[in-house]
Amino acid sequence: MNFVACVKRVPDTASKIRVGPDGRTMDPAGVTYVVNPYDEFAVEECLRLKEKVGGTVTVLTVGPADSSKELRHCLAMGADRAVLVKDDQLQRDPLSTAMALAEALKQIPHDVVFFGKQAVDHDNAQVGLLVATLLDLPAVAEVVKVELGSGTATVQREAEGKIEVFELPVPCVLTAQKGLNEPRYASLKGIMAAKSKKLDELAVAPGEVRIEVLKMEPPSARPEGKIVGEGAAAVPALVKLLREDAKVL
Amino acid sequence: MSSEYRGVDFYAIDDLLTEEQRLVRDTVRDFVSEQVCPIIAEHARAGTFPHDLTPKMGEINVFGANLPEEYGCAGLDNISYGLIMQELERGDSGVRSFASVQGALVMYPIFKFGTEAQKRKWLPQLAKGSAIGCFGLTEPDHGSDPAGMTTRATRKGAGWVVHGNKMWITNGTLADVAVVWAQTEDGIQGFLLEKGMKGFSAPEMKGKLSLRASVTSELVMDHVEVPEENRLPNVKGLKGPLSCLTQARYGIAWGAVGAAQGVFDEAVNYAKSRIQFGKPIASFQLNQRKFADMVTEITKAQLVVWRLGKLKDDGKMTPQQVSLAKRNNVKIALDAARTCREILGANGILDEYTAMRHAANLESVHTYEGTYEIHTLVLGAAVTGIDAYR
Repeated sequence: MNFVACVKRVPDTASKIRVGPDGRTMDPAGVTYVVNPYDEFAVEECLRLKEKVGGTVTVLTVGPADSSKELRHCLAMGADRAVLVKDDQLQRDPLSTAMALAEALKQIPHDVVFFGKQAVDHDNAQVGLLVATLLDLPAVAEVVKVELGSGTATVQREAEGKIEVFELPVPCVLTAQKGLNEPRYASLKGIMAAKSKKLDELAVAPGEVRIEVLKMEPPSARPEGKIVGEGAAAVPALVKLLREDAKVL
Repeated sequence: MSSEYRGVDFYAIDDLLTEEQRLVRDTVRDFVSEQVCPIIAEHARAGTFPHDLTPKMGEINVFGANLPEEYGCAGLDNISYGLIMQELERGDSGVRSFASVQGALVMYPIFKFGTEAQKRKWLPQLAKGSAIGCFGLTEPDHGSDPAGMTTRATRKGAGWVVHGNKMWITNGTLADVAVVWAQTEDGIQGFLLEKGMKGFSAPEMKGKLSLRASVTSELVMDHVEVPEENRLPNVKGLKGPLSCLTQARYGIAWGAVGAAQGVFDEAVNYAKSRIQFGKPIASFQLNQRKFADMVTEITKAQLVVWRLGKLKDDGKMTPQQVSLAKRNNVKIALDAARTCREILGANGILDEYTAMRHAANLESVHTYEGTYEIHTLVLGAAVTGIDAYR
């Protein structure tokens, strides 16, 4: 089976994000990048499915040339091949990204296309499902368990107070929720092996960007807290404030 | 995966690294953040080695990572190997020491001086961590002066009898195989002593106030019969063990940079959030001076090991160059750990923070694998051509 994990390079979640001088983009100075953590679940699940049923795992990304580092990380984890759709556009909206990925996927054999449920930079949570729509594939979002049958996938999703179980035909699109698996470390041998794996660049016409970011600004600073006293003696005053000022009790 | 910890890179030294070297560093960094940092203080307090880490480190191939793939190793370049040691020691010097001993002092001599059969038997298991090794050179009365060793190997029939004591042996009690150096009629030679050989025991040394998350042992060899096939045939004389120490010291020089970066990172974060006199203590000039000095020394140390790695990859590295790096980098790391402990004030003495554990660890690293003083004299001899200690 052909598994494709679509990944995105995102700022390390520990990075301090600053707004750039144009007031519309992130200042890239001092920012380090990683594979979007939800996408790592997708890569890991593809590797596990491949280990069970055989096949190949391809990782695919749309991003700047430097994304090769994140692709190499996925190859070091065990993916067989990486495909980079080079894109230097700083502002891309979910649909235009999905169009580029869908075009690329037309040239990459795929039975299961796995995404993270969302990227932790913009948190749109759209691209996986948009790609499914563009390719006319069935999709389930936020899966926590996957089993492959003959020509079908049975997946579970955690919903409010229940677990939903779906069966869908392959090819299909799935997006990964936390809890699906524990991603492996790239082994050092894996890093060496990744050097000789194929990292192809694919040129596809990117979709038109139709959503424009007008402004980016840091959230306003939180108002300073108030200390009402110490120990048990302070409890009545605290309760009073919670009830009357904050109105949470 | 990502960790809060970023290391120190004031001089964009990352740009000197290849993509593969950065991947190696980041992989081990994440591993240390997730697998070592959360558990290490508890082990240091209890005085136990975190055994769970051994197979995990084997799985990501940190042991003997610069040895070839045909023996189950990762086949990495020496800068990658150094970066592994750097990141491990950011976790704890004891964990790095474990990996240094396994790779540089056990796998390296077997690879370099062993028979094909010895390599096939030991290297793959040592790489996986399913076997543990130790290195027996130092004796109770012979530390800086290994040539005076009293452990002897004498021929008996087709084999050998090894008799003597070794001391300060990292991993000794845990080891399945010990590379033991002994005097023979032909000069110093290396032997592979295996756990369970009659007359061979390795009691653990207790009461250490440093490297508490690492096992240190004596090796007691009471007329141990060792077959000829366990002798390392391809080296004779002190250059055998000394060449192993050069490998290990290379890793130590890198490791110290990791410890220094770790304590520095902790102290900077602490100083920025600790408020005294109504402002963060990072704003005080006395602390800023400390940070300026530390970031300078860390940057210099990083450049020294990077260059040393290049020389090693080019086959040009000399033991004297390794002495310079080991001596300098461990010293600046020890100084940084003490300074960071100071910046943390009373909190610095708690094992909730890393500075005091690193400072205590680095006291050992400062004097093991060639004391600071011996490396000073090595450099003195390199400059003047005159040996001060012979």
